[in-house]
Amino acid sequence: MSAVSMTVNGKAVTGDIDPRTLLVQYLREHLRLTGTHVGCDTSQCGACVVHVNGKAVKSCTVFAWQLEGADVLTIEGVAAPDGPLHPMQEAFRQNHGLQCGYCTPGMIMTAIDIVNRKGNELDDRTIRHELEGNLCRCTGYHNIVKAIAAGARDMGTDMGGGTPGQQAAE
Amino acid sequence: MYAFTYHRPATVRQAAGLLTKHDDAKLLAGGHTLIPTMKLRLAGPPHIVDLSKVEGLSGIELTGRSLTIGAMTRHNDVATSAIVQQNLPALAALAGQIGDPAVRHMGTIGGSVANNDPNADYPAACLGLGATIVTNKRRIKADEFFKGLFETALEPSEIITKVIFPLPKKAGYVKFPNPASRYALVGVFVSKRGSEIRVAVTGAGANGVFRVPSFEEALKKRFGAKALEGMTIPADGMGGDIHGSAEYRAHLVGVLARRAVAAATA
Repeated sequence: MSAVSMTVNGKAVTGDIDPRTLLVQYLREHLRLTGTHVGCDTSQCGACVVHVNGKAVKSCTVFAWQLEGADVLTIEGVAAPDGPLHPMQEAFRQNHGLQCGYCTPGMIMTAIDIVNRKGNELDDRTIRHELEGNLCRCTGYHNIVKAIAAGARDMGTDMGGGTPGQQAAE
Repeated sequence: MYAFTYHRPATVRQAAGLLTKHDDAKLLAGGHTLIPTMKLRLAGPPHIVDLSKVEGLSGIELTGRSLTIGAMTRHNDVATSAIVQQNLPALAALAGQIGDPAVRHMGTIGGSVANNDPNADYPAACLGLGATIVTNKRRIKADEFFKGLFETALEPSEIITKVIFPLPKKAGYVKFPNPASRYALVGVFVSKRGSEIRVAVTGAGANGVFRVPSFEEALKKRFGAKALEGMTIPADGMGGDIHGSAEYRAHLVGVLARRAVAAATA
């Protein structure tokens, strides 16, 4: 067992965990943040994507101890507490960008990361290419792509330049 | 996953000491080969030596006619680096095609080169540019570094610290990705630096990355896609599996080499 400390969704957390504990297990089983999902055994599906120090990372492929001192954002931290949905979440709702919802947290975390890296005007080709690490079995991706394009544009108007991750960390 | 003890050394020297002390230890760089392997219980190193806290292993530097990339530099940082995009755009493009965005935030050049996966991209870049792999013990030329499937010239306790790429006059990389895994079914890296021509192939060979002397000879006469017209390589020595037969891979080598030269001369 070893000690680990990090910040998750703006809150300092510590744990005493087996070194084999993956970040996704720490988030789900120790912190009870079950919005991050485990969808495969092979680091391919992206249902586990969170943000670590502002970057999209597959939480099933890092050990929790590697995140010592890091700033982690999960789907639970994306909307302001007691506030409205984040524009990207709202866009998924409006554009029917989900069916079973299993891939959705990973899709949204990846989508926000795409906007952080590539801006607010995203064409279909870019979005589909950037989603190569996120798999969906229900939707055929069509509405996910539409949702991300819409959410990206809305992030440019609503958020005024600050991302929820930055706001959560402040 | 099998249990392990992890270590987070602060220097290369400490890391090498740990590898010497525990000869069954594995280095952890980006972790996107090691951790999936451990999750499947295909590897169970009792000790893991994490390199993420070692100072001085990341960074991209242009020095004279060479590009030096620290071993722990992440793929995304190579892909988006202005220095790489301006001076060796084929390398930035290669890094930007590895895995997917989240993988590229973690995966490292040192890890890729040390692992020498036969379907990885960086080995083709190293061989295709005549890179030098710098370790804590010596400098190894790419032509002597890649020994076979998942095998390199690295000795136990030897740690890659950086990779030095001489700047080519022209370079191009074209990858035919497996549609599911996005690993290179076949990838060809070509470069021209003065009279030195290199054509390096990943994904196709049964024994890992290799050069194609016949293509290099043809390109010496004229560095253009037309110089390779109709040229093929034999299927023996190529790997075959459910993703593609040896004949298919051999065929792709010719196709992609022509496209890579076209990209290099565009």
